[in-house]
Amino acid sequence: MRRPAVLLALALAAPLAACASADEGPPTLMWYINPDSGGQARIASECSEESGGAYRLEVTLLPRDAPSQREQLVRRLAAGDTSIDLMSIDPPFVPEFANADFLAEVPDDVADAVTQDVAEGAVAAATFDDELVVVPFWANTQLLWYRKSVAEAAGLDMTQPVTWDQVIQAAADQDVTVAVQGTRAESLTVWVNALVESAGGHVLENPEEEDPRAVVPSLDSDAGRTAAQIIADLTAAGVGGPQLSNATEDINASMFESDDAGFMVNWPFVWQRGKAGVEGGSLDQATLDDYGWAMYPQAVEGEQARPPIGGVTLGVSAFGEHQDLAFEAAQCIVQPEKQAAYYISDGNPPGSLAAFDDPEVQEEFPMADLIRESLQHAAPRPQTPFYNEVSSSIQRTWHPPRSVSPDSGPGRADTLVMDVLQGRALL
Amino acid sequence: MSAATTAVPAAAEAARGTRRRAPLSDRRRQEARLGLLLASPAIVVLLAVVGYPILQAVWDSLFNYKLTNPDARSFVGLGNYGLILSDPIWWQALGVTVLITVVTVVVELVLGFALALVMNNALGALRPGLRTAILIPYAIITVVSAFAFRFMFDLTSGFVNAWLPFVGDDTDWFASFGTAVTVISISEIWKTTPFISLLLLSGLAQVPGELQEAAKVDGATWWQRMRRVTIPNMKAAIMVALLFRTLDAFRIFDNIFIMTNGAAGTESVSFLAYRQTIQRLEIGIGSAVSVLLTIAVALIALMFVKGFKVNLAASTRAGR
Repeated sequence: MRRPAVLLALALAAPLAACASADEGPPTLMWYINPDSGGQARIASECSEESGGAYRLEVTLLPRDAPSQREQLVRRLAAGDTSIDLMSIDPPFVPEFANADFLAEVPDDVADAVTQDVAEGAVAAATFDDELVVVPFWANTQLLWYRKSVAEAAGLDMTQPVTWDQVIQAAADQDVTVAVQGTRAESLTVWVNALVESAGGHVLENPEEEDPRAVVPSLDSDAGRTAAQIIADLTAAGVGGPQLSNATEDINASMFESDDAGFMVNWPFVWQRGKAGVEGGSLDQATLDDYGWAMYPQAVEGEQARPPIGGVTLGVSAFGEHQDLAFEAAQCIVQPEKQAAYYISDGNPPGSLAAFDDPEVQEEFPMADLIRESLQHAAPRPQTPFYNEVSSSIQRTWHPPRSVSPDSGPGRADTLVMDVLQGRALL
Repeated sequence: MSAATTAVPAAAEAARGTRRRAPLSDRRRQEARLGLLLASPAIVVLLAVVGYPILQAVWDSLFNYKLTNPDARSFVGLGNYGLILSDPIWWQALGVTVLITVVTVVVELVLGFALALVMNNALGALRPGLRTAILIPYAIITVVSAFAFRFMFDLTSGFVNAWLPFVGDDTDWFASFGTAVTVISISEIWKTTPFISLLLLSGLAQVPGELQEAAKVDGATWWQRMRRVTIPNMKAAIMVALLFRTLDAFRIFDNIFIMTNGAAGTESVSFLAYRQTIQRLEIGIGSAVSVLLTIAVALIALMFVKGFKVNLAASTRAGR
């Protein structure tokens, strides 16, 4: 009996010995990332090396879409999961994380360092209650993509700002489509918010209010009605395409590659997708050559458009055991040269303005300067801890787009937002 | 019903009878204790994995509790239930769920019965292959089949519009309630008809051959034999098939999640629970929706058992 007992003891001790050896060396920081083409993993490896042995940064994947990423992170953080050190967070969910005390406080020196030479929109998206609560990383914005041949035939001067009315009219005249994200998902809120902000309004009056019962929605305003009128005009003109109410960014990018494409509002991934299509033989070079890009359309003629902003910010978990090191790692990740390389490898535009000056970026992305300009004008979605409720209410009341009218959409949205936040309605 | 399954109620009845007549012998008592001891791990596990979550959900449903704001947790009693039952969204979701359940279960019952008859009457050599072929859809994970149907009916990647002559090429199936719910129901029917047919096949196998023969000799037509002999003898199997499928269909979630994500008014009760609990992180309201869903499922089960007037234990004893 003695021999098996010794063997058993050895068998039990072996993994413990392995654990002990794994604990030696620099602490491992776990970075929960959104799926990409491997760029964040590469940055993690580079920063581990550059830390000189201070830490080892490892990545682990979150689900594909932003709401699912939020759900997984919140569940873990609400349980006080200490395995998370760094998180790639979609900007609209930042206030909710900050309000729930899920984020470690950003030290002043770090805040100063990571906002130097960063696009205004990206800083705004990383701020809650006048404080930087996460580190701005890459930033995304939507452009107005158009077919040069269509714009030319319609007589549109795309070197000057254009309005939604002009785009819709041009598409109707030329019998082509205006691809917009009409599906009942976050992308619909992105569109509505951009329209409202471009019309000079806001979705919420007081987004930073921490008491849900005190939040005041403000879609039922001139700006909200202007936004609804644009959507109503677009559907009335029949230029949204047959799949408008299910159109996602991917579907629209695909639609824009077809022959009856005219205009589209979408993120810059469209360009790389087009180039990959040409390389793969699924898209003609002539079609890609016909791609044009311009600033997001104006809702009101002469008023600067406020394009959507997306991207990723870096949050340091309040429950991580190495918060100082995590902030150190975050500062390493957002270095302009790393963001430039990330842009080139993964197609995600930098939040750092300096990164746009990289010659390789300029060569690879001819619209880089426009993206930089767009990021400066971009308006974030409402920076509220109750963003999910607000966004879902908009999706419920502004979908399908053909049902939206200035008389009903904004008012219904405001009522639902208030009812939901005051605990009077389901969602 | 097999002899093995009939043994348990019969033994229990016998044990009850013995208890009434005379006190238990020491041996009997020891056996009973041993039986309880042997069954206790299973009971504990069952209580842990089924009982505890249900009780926790009932408890949580009495609170206003959001996962991102645990400090504001407050007791609201039955307030969450009042909110849910007074909201049109709940009734709409319930209506959609009932519609999908009724339509899919009725169609599946008819189709499943036909397939069971085919399998039952197929030649011996054909039977294994035929059963395998019919069961393949059921072996596919629901999410996978939901994606398959989504892509089939999708305007960009789908081929259905091109195949159906009476459908326009630019028909977006997922844009409006009628078409979206049709596709969801079709995918549900495709996926689970094999299950119902398998259960009905076991029911068909239970119908005594001599009864069929006797009816045939008496000159009964196929339809008469079906109505007077086959179906009445399959009552228990039909009830089990309907009950299982109804409960399953009532909890529909995957297909809706993949195909419409609740758009076009296609939200089911399960989807509503998901939206409150997972998306909104409102644990209190979400738990209340889940409890209402559980009550609805229990009522359906009760309705079937009472409605069919089938006492499975009695019928098995009779079968002996």
